[in-house]
Amino acid sequence: MAKRPTPTEFIVERDKDKCIACQVCVRMCSNDVHIYDADTNTVTSDNSRCVGCHFCETLCPTDAITIKKNESCFKPNANWSASVISDITKQAETGGVILTGMGCDKPYTIYWDHILLNASQVTNPSIDPLREPMELRRYIGRKPDKIELNYNKGKVELKTKLEKQLKLEVPIMFSAMSYGSISLNTCISLAKASHELGIFYNTGEGGLHKSLYKYGKNTIIQIASGRFGVHPEYLKTGAAIEIKIGQGAKPGIGGHLPGEKVSKEVSEARMIPEGTDAISPAPHHDIYSIEDLRQLIYALKEATDYEKPVGVKIAAVHNVVPIASGIARAGADYIAIDGMRGGTGAAPKVIRDNVGIPIEFAIAAVDARLREEGIRTNVSLIAAGGFRSSGDVIKAIALGADAVYIATSALIALGCSQCQKCYTGKCNWGIATQDPYLTKRLNPEIGVQRLKNLIKAWSLEIKDMLGGMGINSIDSLCGNRTHLRGIGLSDRELKILGIKSAGEPQ
Amino acid sequence: MNSNILKPQRIDARDLNYRELNRLVKDAANKGVKNIRLTNVNGQRYIGTGVNSSPKININGVPGNDLGAFMDGCSIDVSGNGEDGIGNTMNSERIVINGNAGDILGYSMRGGEIFVRKNVGYRVGIHMKSYKNMYPVIIIGGCARDFLGEYMAGGLLIVLGLNMKNKNSIVGSYCGTGMHGGKIFIRGNVEPWQLGKEVRVYEPNKDDFSLIGKYLRIYCRLFSLDFDSIIKTSFTKLLPGSSRPYGKLYAY
Repeated sequence: MAKRPTPTEFIVERDKDKCIACQVCVRMCSNDVHIYDADTNTVTSDNSRCVGCHFCETLCPTDAITIKKNESCFKPNANWSASVISDITKQAETGGVILTGMGCDKPYTIYWDHILLNASQVTNPSIDPLREPMELRRYIGRKPDKIELNYNKGKVELKTKLEKQLKLEVPIMFSAMSYGSISLNTCISLAKASHELGIFYNTGEGGLHKSLYKYGKNTIIQIASGRFGVHPEYLKTGAAIEIKIGQGAKPGIGGHLPGEKVSKEVSEARMIPEGTDAISPAPHHDIYSIEDLRQLIYALKEATDYEKPVGVKIAAVHNVVPIASGIARAGADYIAIDGMRGGTGAAPKVIRDNVGIPIEFAIAAVDARLREEGIRTNVSLIAAGGFRSSGDVIKAIALGADAVYIATSALIALGCSQCQKCYTGKCNWGIATQDPYLTKRLNPEIGVQRLKNLIKAWSLEIKDMLGGMGINSIDSLCGNRTHLRGIGLSDRELKILGIKSAGEPQ
Repeated sequence: MNSNILKPQRIDARDLNYRELNRLVKDAANKGVKNIRLTNVNGQRYIGTGVNSSPKININGVPGNDLGAFMDGCSIDVSGNGEDGIGNTMNSERIVINGNAGDILGYSMRGGEIFVRKNVGYRVGIHMKSYKNMYPVIIIGGCARDFLGEYMAGGLLIVLGLNMKNKNSIVGSYCGTGMHGGKIFIRGNVEPWQLGKEVRVYEPNKDDFSLIGKYLRIYCRLFSLDFDSIIKTSFTKLLPGSSRPYGKLYAY
């Protein structure tokens, strides 16, 4: 049988009049798309290698390059699309599992786009955030059921001993991405930006590179099933500890960091020999039940003298509600729930695109159940999985999240163009790669500034939206669903989200 | 130097919950006490976890789950049996169990030694790994149940099968499933159906015997066993078939 040509996804259009054959594209493309012919002094392209990351387009000094989608491949077919034919072809050739990167790109309903926010008109005045104080600060951790005070000769003291909390200046944190899946410069950008913003970033299961210890006060360290890089100093350094059970992009499965990505530095952070595969089993083999989870939560608390919050991250799955209730009862200080649109450095495509539920349903349902059970204050809720804007963030908080985790948007701020090829380790933007030629393209100083700009911009927008609702503190919005209305949703969807339809008054 | 720290400190664990008991252990260790003796231990968890200095902890009774979890520095000797999760993600030093131990012993341990006099439960030595001069070692005197050394990435696991009852098998099923590093030695035979498909069987060579001997001598001394008679029996050596068992799983 003749080998079917792999369909090319993109066409590199080169304007011959503009191209000066400077070969910047040739030198910069990690996928070797561009080819220089010295005899004719011309640059040509191999379209089949292009991943559509637009790096060459960005660098071309004469704007000679345009990357376009290849429309001509197959006869249009809603069922047998180009990507389906391409995947089947690839599997017929290799017999392997199709890998992909970043979050689910299938057109499932994005419920954020079916939820509308409220604003004040006449009956209660809106607040102008430019002139009046607006509080975005959040505390993550177990809250007391009641507060007892001591009155001592006119002095009031807090009698209740408060549990350890994470103090966030803005209700947004950077979600778990391991050193290994992303470059050290990306980690430094996230860590330093967190430090300057008064928020937190998360190590993922990558251990902690020695240059990142100084950002410990703004670091959530993760413990996953492979326990990579977990040792007493690591535990002591983080501001909080997160047990990773699952991830929205690949619920229920483990992870394999291929040996090629385990460089000397990555091997030191993960504490495994250089060049070996880092295999994270699907479950933690010491956690087969809620009781076992409680055991690990308290092992970590014992190991750190009860000085840090211990949280648990799970993927949003069908049974997320009772699972979250169990986690709250197991003694976790926070639960991070990662929806099905959450990103990843590598996941089987079939799992990324077919497993889990959207974060909107998960956070609404979990918040409602924890309230019903009277345990909502025992635990903070962090929502994650595809937050694209401050609008998504504020809706998540109104649905019941205490804070959100973002990662994909943070990477886009650093240059990511969502080409979904993170697993190849050839990221031209220097983000999802360990190749020193590529990683130096991300300047952490600039990275920090861009991340700070993003969070600052979202904060301003959140303040504007809050002020419009007549609220001056994000705390007053948490779980306040009366400020949300659904549009274009079924009764059942509205019921799960716990919101009324647009047009219905209070 | 305070002479008190040289004396063994006795802590009666009766009626203490684990948090109270571990606080007392940590306080003693922080004072620099070198020998801590716990009596009447009855299921208290996490003993030795988060102990910053390097005392020797002797335990009389049955310690609870996660004994020595994340342990780094102190060492533990249990006079009787242990429970589940011993040496979870342990980093260094030694745990000695004079009786049986439960499931998931040495999960993800990166360094140090765990010596068990009798049998162990299921899922022992899962995801053990070594790094530079950190080399985790588990020696089991009796036999082990299913999933021994699953996902093993480094270190050394030895099962001796001493005092086995006739019908017992020295290891259960799925031994070494997903193994991609480290070495397992089993004193006796293992049937092919007991092994994970990522494992290969070898005859131990001279280097292997000197590696086994290095740790087995310590083991035999601790439990007053005759090293020569134990080492002369035949061993089965298990190694991973590949350091990258899942390298060809994916289509790029």
